[in-house]
Amino acid sequence: MTSAAVSVRGLTRRFGEVVAVEGLSFEVKTGELFGIVGPDGAGKTTTLRMLAGVMRPSGGDALIRGRSVVSEPEAVKPHIAYMSQRFGLYEDLTVGENIAFYAELYEVPRSVLPGRLERLYEFSQLAPFEGRLAGDLSGGMKQKLGLCCALVHEPDVLLLDEPTFGVDPISRRDLWLIVHDMVARGTTVIVSTAYMEEAERCDRVALMNRGRLVGLDHPRRLHEGLGGEVISVRVSEPRRAVEWLAGVPHVRSAALLGDSMRIMLGDGEEAWSSVRTSLEEQGIAVLEAAPARPSLEDVFVELVERERSGKNPERSGND
Amino acid sequence: MFAIARKEAIQLVRDSRSMILAFLLPMLLILVFGFAITLDVRNIRLAVLDESMTPESRHLVDAFEESGYFSVERYLDRHGEADELLVGGRVTAVLVIPPAFAADLAAEGTARVQLLLDGSDANTATIALNYADAISHDFSSDVLPDWRTARRSISPELRVWYNETLESRNMIVPGLIAVLMSIIAAMLTSLTIAREWERGTMEQLAATPVHRVEVIVGKLMPYVGIGLVDVALATLVGVFLFDVPLRGSVSLLFAMTFLFLLGALGFGIFLSAVLKSQVLAIQASIMVTYLPAMLLSGFIYAIANMPPFLQVVSYAIPARYFITITRGIFLKGVGIETLWGSALGLAVYAVIGLGLALHAFRKELA
Ligand SMILES: Nc1ncnc2c1ncn2[C@@H]1O[C@H](COP(=O)(O)OP(=O)(O)OP(=O)(O)O)[C@@H](O)[C@H]1O
Ligand SMILES: [Mg+2]
Repeated sequence: MTSAAVSVRGLTRRFGEVVAVEGLSFEVKTGELFGIVGPDGAGKTTTLRMLAGVMRPSGGDALIRGRSVVSEPEAVKPHIAYMSQRFGLYEDLTVGENIAFYAELYEVPRSVLPGRLERLYEFSQLAPFEGRLAGDLSGGMKQKLGLCCALVHEPDVLLLDEPTFGVDPISRRDLWLIVHDMVARGTTVIVSTAYMEEAERCDRVALMNRGRLVGLDHPRRLHEGLGGEVISVRVSEPRRAVEWLAGVPHVRSAALLGDSMRIMLGDGEEAWSSVRTSLEEQGIAVLEAAPARPSLEDVFVELVERERSGKNPERSGND
Repeated sequence: MFAIARKEAIQLVRDSRSMILAFLLPMLLILVFGFAITLDVRNIRLAVLDESMTPESRHLVDAFEESGYFSVERYLDRHGEADELLVGGRVTAVLVIPPAFAADLAAEGTARVQLLLDGSDANTATIALNYADAISHDFSSDVLPDWRTARRSISPELRVWYNETLESRNMIVPGLIAVLMSIIAAMLTSLTIAREWERGTMEQLAATPVHRVEVIVGKLMPYVGIGLVDVALATLVGVFLFDVPLRGSVSLLFAMTFLFLLGALGFGIFLSAVLKSQVLAIQASIMVTYLPAMLLSGFIYAIANMPPFLQVVSYAIPARYFITITRGIFLKGVGIETLWGSALGLAVYAVIGLGLALHAFRKELA
């Protein structure tokens, strides 16, 4: 037994030639809000499916509260809740019937059910729609209903696959409020997302690309771990500047963002001053320059770049 | 398990397509088939040339009329008229009762009558012939019919499946119930698992601790209910609309239906779980059940007349056992002491159908 709520060890899944998930290893502590971030096809869904015990790994294992998803998936299931990317609500059942169905499947005792329903309806604000068919709900409300169904048995571990995908900003905020509420109550949450700004809400994030883990840490430390810095700069001729910077030493990347430019610099004390000199030699005036907080996106791009050139020390679980 | 059953039932009731498939289709089929049979053979237009003009001859004509199969369109005075009517297609048959009819019956105990048939429609002619045969036998076993066709002779091999004998109308309806259930049962459940895979609800269901046996049994329950209701409705239609006798035990009929449904519904679930697509599963279920149930079950062709190879094959057709049972219960009023062989066949089928369903259904994505 480990103290970790979820312990992933060399988890691998192949689909014929395609390796969807490759040698994934990480641990999630009890009560942690853990993010899995990556672009389309990174293997997030495949990973969560294996953790939920609905897809058999090709290799490796994952322990959920000490139980293996490979050897005893059914023993894992009572303790988890899984909300798939396209949550399978029964659209021809009403909101109330959907929740009641899951309550029955998880054998929620009748004595505690009314209290739970009340709480679920309260934070999801779905009470007025109890008698409405799930198929007639808006996208955001469907996701909330999905979450209610997933939470009705008060799982220890909650697995959410892109819960806010295609959801309007208000509902997205509501969904995150619910998630944070669950975490505050001690639930372990693993959530996948393609939105970097959502990942910043997590205690730790695993960055995935092409089935591999390319980074794993607290979002802020991931930024710091990069070395170098990001500078937001306003210049006289932004277009020419971006083009020019592509070949300048110390510059990892440069991109236009509105009327300013975002430059990601490599390590080194005097990186910025040498880049600045280089720009001015080209007759481009630097009007304003301020250090910017690197976004997870910057981190991600950088880590993927390192992974590609084989320099990534954090790469883990290789076979 | 009951959660799944209840959920499935609610979904069924709300899904008009399923309801049509479950109730309307079988009723429609039994009415169409039933009426096709009875309308075809009822009201055969008959002309009568009664040269005897005795109470006995009038009794015979009455017997034809009362049978319901013939309607006497007109009475003729001379032979010449008979040919005209038949050739002109205005009647299908002409019954000729010779002058000596009553006298022969009294003196020798036998008498001859003649039935002229329009052989251009061989089916109807055969049917009419069979009915006439039976009616005159009923009237008196001493009437020796002398049947002739006016335009073409009917070769004895020419058989009309739905009316080889007078009893076959009775044979049809019980058989039809069995065949209909064979086709519909697997079709109904072929949708159920595939629909959940297609809509993504199965991925969700798979992540719950519900046991896969519970999923199968829970899904089966509402369909067993539908199947029993279908058989009840079909039986009512058969008995009250088509006058088919129900001589045996109703509870045995339902017990056997239940056994049959377990196999057929289980088989539908198997197809659904393997193919994971509603369209494919329903096509497969129709393909696998329709023709065998129609052709190899003894419904249309008597099994005894089949080539030996097909006779062997027919043992693998569950509809065969179910038909034997429905006919036995409806027509002969026999009980389990006679039908146990067929009941055993259904039991084996139930084990296989459910076994396949359980084997094929996994709470796991590929
Ligand atoms: N059932 C499957 N059969 C074959 N290939 C699959 C299957 N499921 C996923 N893949 C492949 O595995 C890879 C990872 O897919 P996965 O769905 O896990 O990615 P994801 O990170 O969830 O992406 P998205 O953001 O699109 O949801 C992809 O290349 C995908 O094409
Ligand atoms: Mg996905």
